[in-house]
Amino acid sequence: MSWAETMRAGLDAIRAQRLRSLLTVLGIVIGISSVILTVGLGQGAQRQVQDQIDALGSNLLIVSPGSSTDSSGVRGGFGSASTLTMSDAEAIADPVAVPDAAAVAPTVSTSSSLAAGETNWTTSMVGATSSWPRVRSRELSSGRFLTAEEIASAAPVTVLGADTVAELFSTGSPVGQTVRVEGTTLTVVGVLAESGASSSGASEDDQAVVPLGLAKQLTGSTDTSVSTIYVEATAQDTLGAAYQEVETLLHNLHGVSAEEADFSLATQDSLVATANETNETMTVLLGGIAAISLLVGGIGVMNIMLVSVTERIREIGLRKALGATPAAIRRQFLVEASMLGLAGGLVGVLIGGLGARVLPALIDQPVAISLTATMAAIGTALALGIGFGVYPASRAARLAPIDALRSQ
Amino acid sequence: MSVVTCPDGDPAVHLAGVRKTYRSGTVEFEALRGIDMAIGTGDFVAVIGPSGSGKSTLMNLLGCLDVPTEGTYLLGGEDVSTMSETQLAHVRNRRIGFVFQQFHLLASLPAWRNVELPLVYAGIGRNERRERAVAALERVGLGDRVGNRPGELSGGQQQRVAVARALVTEPDIILADEPTGNLDSESTEAVLGLLGELHDAGRTIVLITHELEVAARAHRQLVIRDGRITSDESIGASR
Ligand SMILES: Nc1ncnc2c1ncn2[C@@H]1O[C@H](COP(=O)(O)OP(=O)(O)OP(=O)(O)O)[C@@H](O)[C@H]1O
Ligand SMILES: [Mg+2]
Repeated sequence: MSWAETMRAGLDAIRAQRLRSLLTVLGIVIGISSVILTVGLGQGAQRQVQDQIDALGSNLLIVSPGSSTDSSGVRGGFGSASTLTMSDAEAIADPVAVPDAAAVAPTVSTSSSLAAGETNWTTSMVGATSSWPRVRSRELSSGRFLTAEEIASAAPVTVLGADTVAELFSTGSPVGQTVRVEGTTLTVVGVLAESGASSSGASEDDQAVVPLGLAKQLTGSTDTSVSTIYVEATAQDTLGAAYQEVETLLHNLHGVSAEEADFSLATQDSLVATANETNETMTVLLGGIAAISLLVGGIGVMNIMLVSVTERIREIGLRKALGATPAAIRRQFLVEASMLGLAGGLVGVLIGGLGARVLPALIDQPVAISLTATMAAIGTALALGIGFGVYPASRAARLAPIDALRSQ
Repeated sequence: MSVVTCPDGDPAVHLAGVRKTYRSGTVEFEALRGIDMAIGTGDFVAVIGPSGSGKSTLMNLLGCLDVPTEGTYLLGGEDVSTMSETQLAHVRNRRIGFVFQQFHLLASLPAWRNVELPLVYAGIGRNERRERAVAALERVGLGDRVGNRPGELSGGQQQRVAVARALVTEPDIILADEPTGNLDSESTEAVLGLLGELHDAGRTIVLITHELEVAARAHRQLVIRDGRITSDESIGASR
């Protein structure tokens, strides 16, 4: 009996029991569509994190005070704020010491309350130097950035994030208007274009950028410590070299060994990896649940196939009497089970794909559908059909023709 | 077991010392107790005997649906008592046509697809199968019922479909176990007429029955009692 014949017989059998076939594949449909959705959710979240971290700047190296290289890489140094200084930043900017650094942007940041007229708004005040827009990949939507003179003289000027503007000024352009911080009146000279990103939960669109010296004065700080030094490497493939150079330089400057380092270095990649760890845990967990439901679906197929063997025992006997070999019978039931599995997989992918369209609108989470995951899901469904069809099929094949024919 | 010699030279079927014991748990029952017989090619044999005498058991052995517990069975000169399941399947497919009392048609398939089933397992192409199935149905007078499912046919018509299925492979032997047991007299007549035609065309036919009028259509009668052949006589010359 050829494969084409076997498939025709399989289709006949499935069609003869439409409702039961449908119920049989339901488990697989649910399993596959939830696999598609969970994998899609996980990948969507990863892509989102990637996008946000990419938006921090390109080829970016982040130097933070504090020894930990743990998960809070960006925030690092809240407890030990004084280990990084302006002179560190100046040393990194030296092309002899760190040839692979294209630009260096030291920053200090504190939480501050801004007031415009009657409106108050607490935001992050960032003290920056003139390389900040370049290193952080930021552009202005109106006005201009702080000039070198303003930065050198710690002039009372500021550039605001788009969200900050929205909170403080209800109408009109904020450029030329003033805000008050700690009793000092600052003139708004520009507004940052939206980046859409956030780091450590704080929106990159809600901040007030001021000259670094001014930020020091406003917070009453007298030392030269900085919160973070952003370093832009000359290219994507020199990022690793720049990392090494900065690390060695700071070890020497601070007179510490690698074990007792009082600063930490992070690249975008390491940030992405850290953020993805959490996502992966979620994906694995949800994926595990989906895998269990697939297993249950597979057992469902086996169950129904066993019932089907019992129910069709006379048919099996008759086919054997007419010349079906045990191998032909086994193949018939295996093909039937794999067709059920495959059908379940295809419907599952369809429903999963539909869910991936609808879900983002409901829960505000992106869902990415990957071709690999889809193919793997269909393959799994097929394998389930075959795997759980083997036992019923060999049972059918082993039936003695005469016992099968005689059964009522 | 001694070498089996055949009186007619070329017997379709030759049984020597065949026994069949059924075991269910610890209970044993010997349904056939030493059968020696030969059926010549082209014979029309009726097997008669009371209920429980072992007729169906004999027919299952003849049809290679079951194997003897003891003894030898030569089918067309080939020893089938030692064959594997797969080999037996091929033998059934090529050499034997079955007609059962309960018709045994697949309810979900139309008549012609029931008839073509043995050809499917013989590996014959689709077009040829359909042609031969339709031809076989025409031969049993059901040329106009080709597309009907068994549920849409009368009992007599269903048994004629089963006869068409038995003859579609042009088998050496047609085995019919109480083929008329579920039929009225008119349908019985039609089915027996068909078997007679097949015999005339040269097929070997073994007909199991407990009705004497039915057995009278055959040219040789084997009487079986308690698992043994008690009488074997030819009746009337060939037609
Ligand atoms: N699978 C089996 N297990 C145990 N005993 C069996 C089995 N099949 C048949 N028998 C016994 O073997 C004997 C012969 O059975 P068989 O079916 O051959 O009789 P039969 O001559 O065809 O009878 P009937 O005319 O009623 O069909 C009976 O006594 C029956 O009970
Ligand atoms: Mg019987």
